[in-house]
Amino acid sequence: MEQDQRMADGWKRWLLLAGAAVWLGLPWLVFGNNYVLSTLILIGLYALVGTGMTLLMGYAGQISLGQAAFYGIGAYASAYLTAHAGWPAWLALAAGAVLAALVALVVGIPVFRLREHYLALATLGFGVIMFTFFKEWKGITGGLNGFFGIPPIRIAGVPLQSDLPFYYLVSLFVLAGVWFARNIVRSRVGRALRAIHGSEVAANSLGVNITKYKLQIFMLSAVYASIAGSLYAHYVTFINPDLFGIVPSIYFLIMVVIGGAGSVWGGLIGAAVYVCLGEWLKAVVPLLLPDAGGEFEIVFFGLLLVIMLIYMPNGLTGVALKGWRRFWKTGWRRQVDSHKARSIGGERG
Amino acid sequence: MSAMLLEVERLSKSFGGVQAVQDVSFGVAKGEMVAVIGPNGAGKTTLFNMISGVIPPTGGSVRFQGGVINGKKPHELAMLGMTRTFQNLQLFSDMTVLENVMVGFHTRLTGGIFSAGFRLPLARREEKQAQEQAFSCLEQIGLAHLAWERAGTLPYGTQRLVEIARAAVSRPSLILLDEPMAGLNPQESKQLVDVLLAMREQGFTFLFVEHDMETVMAIADRIVVLDYGKKIAEGAPEEIARHPDVIKAYLGEEAV
Repeated sequence: MEQDQRMADGWKRWLLLAGAAVWLGLPWLVFGNNYVLSTLILIGLYALVGTGMTLLMGYAGQISLGQAAFYGIGAYASAYLTAHAGWPAWLALAAGAVLAALVALVVGIPVFRLREHYLALATLGFGVIMFTFFKEWKGITGGLNGFFGIPPIRIAGVPLQSDLPFYYLVSLFVLAGVWFARNIVRSRVGRALRAIHGSEVAANSLGVNITKYKLQIFMLSAVYASIAGSLYAHYVTFINPDLFGIVPSIYFLIMVVIGGAGSVWGGLIGAAVYVCLGEWLKAVVPLLLPDAGGEFEIVFFGLLLVIMLIYMPNGLTGVALKGWRRFWKTGWRRQVDSHKARSIGGERG
Repeated sequence: MSAMLLEVERLSKSFGGVQAVQDVSFGVAKGEMVAVIGPNGAGKTTLFNMISGVIPPTGGSVRFQGGVINGKKPHELAMLGMTRTFQNLQLFSDMTVLENVMVGFHTRLTGGIFSAGFRLPLARREEKQAQEQAFSCLEQIGLAHLAWERAGTLPYGTQRLVEIARAAVSRPSLILLDEPMAGLNPQESKQLVDVLLAMREQGFTFLFVEHDMETVMAIADRIVVLDYGKKIAEGAPEEIARHPDVIKAYLGEEAV
């Protein structure tokens, strides 16, 4: 009986280990192919944004259609502070995160009085406003011409200019981000968020300060996006406002829906599927439809979003989790029993 | 009266021109089980919502443990030691029974986003504590075997018990129950009555709104009767059963 559970746990551990090995070994598997590496880095950056969004959407049950704005805040803060103000990249990254959190706080106070569609619209509006800022505040952002010459990030004085070390840096951030999110989910805060999702009146009557938690988690998701934006700026060294407008915000949302907001891994899985599909489309569509422009992408992902919402509302991680639970159904029961035994034993012993 | 846990003084609420609750005063002492009854539309729910901080009163005051609590939000009241259940169940249906009850322990913990995210010792310790407390609470109510079931999949009567466990796990000084018997079959009602009586033995204090007269008469120490927003009677169950105004309110003028 106990064995089943131990086996399930063992499997989980092996899966994680195997995942880590693949992750570490990937660059060698592709022989340092820069195209693949840069794709992986992009996946990592989007995954970071997505992980923050799973907390906001999947756990707290709130929506943001303006997440790219925070990605932009991080990117421009890093770009400006390192290139023009001469700050070290790490300090600029931290400053960008603080700024993003503050903006999220100021925006969140009025916006989280709204719910559902209205909240979605308000965050969309926020995204539009921030895009306009990025576009028009030329003294800082360089406007539509873009911001050139962002210095690379340095570790112990060594600039990270090639893809390989950057891949590992981004991976570290993604891992830390998922770890942090997972810890939050399994805590008092995570329970409070899920309670808010389940029933706001009930959560409130049990002492959960709803406004506070919504704001905190919105700020946290902004920090995730901002850090990803900072890393992105240092990676590509050139940014322009189009990367932080409404369409990228929608793509972030699509990633989280594909990956599934109900798991902290949803951001990573969604980002991987989104980026890979996008690259595949870029390769395939011109062969099939030589005249197709760049718009096919949004048509494709728009359709995918609709299909996902109808057939897989919990995303890929939702499906995987369901399968996993069914597979270890007996093991699941055992966990119940062994856990029960543990907690009773702990209490009385 | 100053020893009262909850003191409601001349509490009033009007919606536009409609006086839903008018000058209602009563108290709840520690360890008591007080029922509020009345015909449909008597203002019970409005009264309840004012006490629990869902809507603000237009007049009068509510004192809890000696302090005025008018205008406080429900989560602030929970921190002070007042929790409630809902007439139409408000369980977190996607969470397990244990997790539901653990949310009830929220006010007894302090961990925030940082201690949780970095898994600091505080967060781990509190997590263990919450789990143990929630589990022992479920054991007392006889639901320990369902701890890992998803709350939404349970029968209605069991869900109500979970809701009560969730409201009780933090050992609040007062629990408000909004029609606890609503929708229960006789067997479930009996089980709930047993649980509530056992909890009173342990020192819990209850204020509840209820339609089911049999239950009210069986478990209430004191009954407050509302009709058309006003208190028309207050007293022990046997007094209330004989009270002419109460009989009139429930059965109409001719019955007297």
